[in-house]
Amino acid sequence: MWQVATVADVRRETETARTIVLDVPDWPGHLAGQHLDVRLTAEDGYRASRSYSIASAWSVSSSNTIELTVEQVPGGEVSPYLVEVLKAGDPLEIRGPVGGWFVWKPEQEGPVQLIGGGSGVVPLRAMLRAHADAGTTPVRLLYSVRRPESVIYVSDLKDLAASDDVDVRLVYTREAPAGEPRVGRIDADLIEQYVFKPEDGATTYVCGPTPFVETVADLLVAAGHDPARVRTERFG
Amino acid sequence: MGIVSSGFTGRRGGGKDLPPGQYLTHEFPVLSAGPTPHILTDHWEFTVTTESGEKYKWDWAALMALPSEEITKDIHCVTRWSKLQTTWKGVSLDTLLADVETGADFAMAHSYGGYTTNVPLDDLLDGQSWIAYEYDGEPLDPEHGGPARLLVPHLYFWKSAKWVRGLVLSDTEDLGFWETAGYHEYGDPWKEQRYAGD
Repeated sequence: MWQVATVADVRRETETARTIVLDVPDWPGHLAGQHLDVRLTAEDGYRASRSYSIASAWSVSSSNTIELTVEQVPGGEVSPYLVEVLKAGDPLEIRGPVGGWFVWKPEQEGPVQLIGGGSGVVPLRAMLRAHADAGTTPVRLLYSVRRPESVIYVSDLKDLAASDDVDVRLVYTREAPAGEPRVGRIDADLIEQYVFKPEDGATTYVCGPTPFVETVADLLVAAGHDPARVRTERFG
Repeated sequence: MGIVSSGFTGRRGGGKDLPPGQYLTHEFPVLSAGPTPHILTDHWEFTVTTESGEKYKWDWAALMALPSEEITKDIHCVTRWSKLQTTWKGVSLDTLLADVETGADFAMAHSYGGYTTNVPLDDLLDGQSWIAYEYDGEPLDPEHGGPARLLVPHLYFWKSAKWVRGLVLSDTEDLGFWETAGYHEYGDPWKEQRYAGD
């Protein structure tokens, strides 16, 4: 059930998000997109648990290392501790993996469309990594962020985008970098331009804050995508 | 007791109304596996199918014609938020099932959009569940399951199927959508039955 992992490393991703690398002696493996539960215990025994998406892919050849990326929720109970306090060498109780729906398996047929808002990119990054290890189908990531500094996995996404069958498109909602004229949320035009067509038979994964997921999923359905092929995960 | 998270104090303040492992929220988070179906009440229909295949149907007008109840209940999501004293309006399953002839032990709730969840029939009776169509005095939003959702507040909230369109009654227990994806078959928050095997 609960097991004790050890923090091997922590990596700052943005001002408010951090990747935590965990050594897990008895990790059973996971599918890209699954999450795990983290439990914190105070000195007097009080406990608090939350679920976090796993950011890394796993294969039989992987070491017993998994990565979580945690976005600090203002006023949150667990995330501020994980982002600001937890350090390399600390023990951390975890349980998982959990969830069997918002997952991508390399043997799955058809193109893969990933659409993430903010830290909703975390499980999608696991899917991209799994695809880099074993995937052969085309993948597109449409990733909505507020501003250039909000991008999680900057260098990683650049590496992944270098692959012929991976296409990464960033969307800036508040402020874009020099040379990027478009500032604004994902809309019907952008879906038309950058998302696989309904007839392409893609499976689409949408993850982000609830209003983001509601909007994007509605746009996809309005554009003719089969709701049964649109999988969503929401937070907040 | 396991390890101590050095420097962690926690927020606390949950009180006795919070099942183990839950935290209190005043918002109303959304958890759904796919796009939100937008069902017009003109097209809405609720069907109970018994183990012998007999069907009982209600359209929106028929549902509205049934005696409704004001419901105030705590709700508990498996993703760990709980919301206390939520207020709903709906029709009790006791009312809907009063004339349904069945000896079945299990029910599978089916939703517009394809979602399913399994609940023992006993957990739907005796004032324990409703077809709810108002939340906090307003028609139920689509993202929260409108026009009508199942409300079974004594179980984790994934059992309270959004966009409910019917119940299929059965002598055998089959598993629904989340129950086949690793979640607990029954889902009692007070026993912390989150995942299969808990």
